[in-house]
Amino acid sequence: MTATTPAATTPAATVAAATATATNPAAGRPTLLSGWRASGRSDLAAHVAHYGPLPPLHGDFPRRLVAAVEAAGLVGKGGAGFPSAIKLQSLPRTRSRPTLVVNAMEGEPASAKDHVLLSLLPHLVLDGAQLAAVAVGARQVVVCVADDRDELAAGVATAVAERQRTSQLPVPTTVARPPGRYVGGEESALVGWLERGRGVPAFRPERGVPLALDRAPALVHNAETMAHVALLAREAAGASSTADPEALAADRTTLVTVSGAVARPGVLEVPLGTPIADIVAMATPQGPPVAVLVGGFGGSWLGAGALGTPLRKDTLGAVGAAPGAGVLVVLGSQACGLAETARIARYMAGESAGQCGPCVFGLPAIADDLDLLVAGRGGAAIELRLTGRLALVAGRGACRHPDGVVRMVASALDAFEDDLRRHAAGRPCGHSRRRTVVPLPPA
Amino acid sequence: MSAVLTIDPTACDAYGYCAELLPELVGLDEWGYPVVGGEPVPAELVARAEQAARHCPRRAIRVRTRVEVRSSASRP
Ligand code: SF4
Ligand code: SF4
Repeated sequence: MTATTPAATTPAATVAAATATATNPAAGRPTLLSGWRASGRSDLAAHVAHYGPLPPLHGDFPRRLVAAVEAAGLVGKGGAGFPSAIKLQSLPRTRSRPTLVVNAMEGEPASAKDHVLLSLLPHLVLDGAQLAAVAVGARQVVVCVADDRDELAAGVATAVAERQRTSQLPVPTTVARPPGRYVGGEESALVGWLERGRGVPAFRPERGVPLALDRAPALVHNAETMAHVALLAREAAGASSTADPEALAADRTTLVTVSGAVARPGVLEVPLGTPIADIVAMATPQGPPVAVLVGGFGGSWLGAGALGTPLRKDTLGAVGAAPGAGVLVVLGSQACGLAETARIARYMAGESAGQCGPCVFGLPAIADDLDLLVAGRGGAAIELRLTGRLALVAGRGACRHPDGVVRMVASALDAFEDDLRRHAAGRPCGHSRRRTVVPLPPA
Repeated sequence: MSAVLTIDPTACDAYGYCAELLPELVGLDEWGYPVVGGEPVPAELVARAEQAARHCPRRAIRVRTRVEVRSSASRP
């Protein structure tokens, strides 16, 4: 099994392989991780035995596939949560054929699901990429794996090689190795790196204009999203000519990475819409959760009262959060939410791509204010300065990196209001120096 | 037709000329970087906005006539 164990790059990733086999499958049809549970193998033969070969790609199948993706309500699993069907249909008709970029960068330190998925079931991701590539008429597929994940990249290259000279690789596919930084997976940074070797986000005032690679459009899809497309394609192929939206939307699953104050951190496959508290329970929390950071480091803290919220875009949206990359960081009563927030903010400030003033100067300033509050050396004036800075920085970067920090910090001020009162009054809790739960890479 | 002022934050180096030339529309944050609202540029200010764009040493300012923006994803 060593060949399929994800390289340990984060605490979450270290344990993910162990727990990936202990997930709760949605009953019945094949799911994202069921192929691994069935055989414990990652090769093409095991993949085809479990999921079946690629559905026939000719005729009106591409159109039916996009219809199925739309009917199932699939949204991108990388963070932004944009409807996948719209993205697949967004390309203008040009004479130059597009590139389909599979984003497996997973720069989010608290996320390990793309890593687990791609290392255990590379062929499911490759299937989805082939199908999406055919649907948009792409001339090539490029799978992007961060340059600090050699083992993962080698596994993908092996899977691609297995498909050469078979009918399972209609579109030429390569593996690229962009630098593994937090914003490295931002789609314009990714395409910028492929195009010019410079992986920083681009300023794009007109968001509707497609990214370009070699003078042709480039379409970026997250790795897990591609695996969902692979599953939906089988269902669209099996169904009658028109997909039944209700059947397609029912029993869908999603991948989550649970970390923090739990005994069994790792990657789980859960039915879409599972209450957050239930997912946390599967990972065996060390005591009742006080709050959960949902989505990622640019996500939202939800206090104990909101943990019954189902993990889905619409339900989380109603409480001001989003599924993001499926990250859940659990905070127990032994750690300080404000101190954790300050640590994340400092990390995120260091991950700025260094291009935009409001991000370069604003994020460290926000982290400074949080440090003062956590240390009990910031009163009402610092609190006011912090909320002012949050409002000032939001929306002023070329990418949404600063916006994520602003969202996360603002949600912390809300979720940890009582703590904030104590810290602001100069009475910090003892926890802030003792325990840390958020999985940050070593500085 | 309405015009909007945008500043490319990757190009802007906080010289602050824009805030001097166009104080009605551009403020500066505590680090000296320009802050603009998203509202349309009033017709009587369009000429001065274009002048500010020409004078920006980093060519970071754009005065664009608003176009219908199609929806698209912005992040992976
Ligand atoms: S907002 Fe920050 S991370 Fe994004 S491009 Fe600008 S400097 Fe880089
Ligand atoms: S004049 Fe140009 S470079 Fe100077 S602050 Fe304004 S936008 Fe930035």
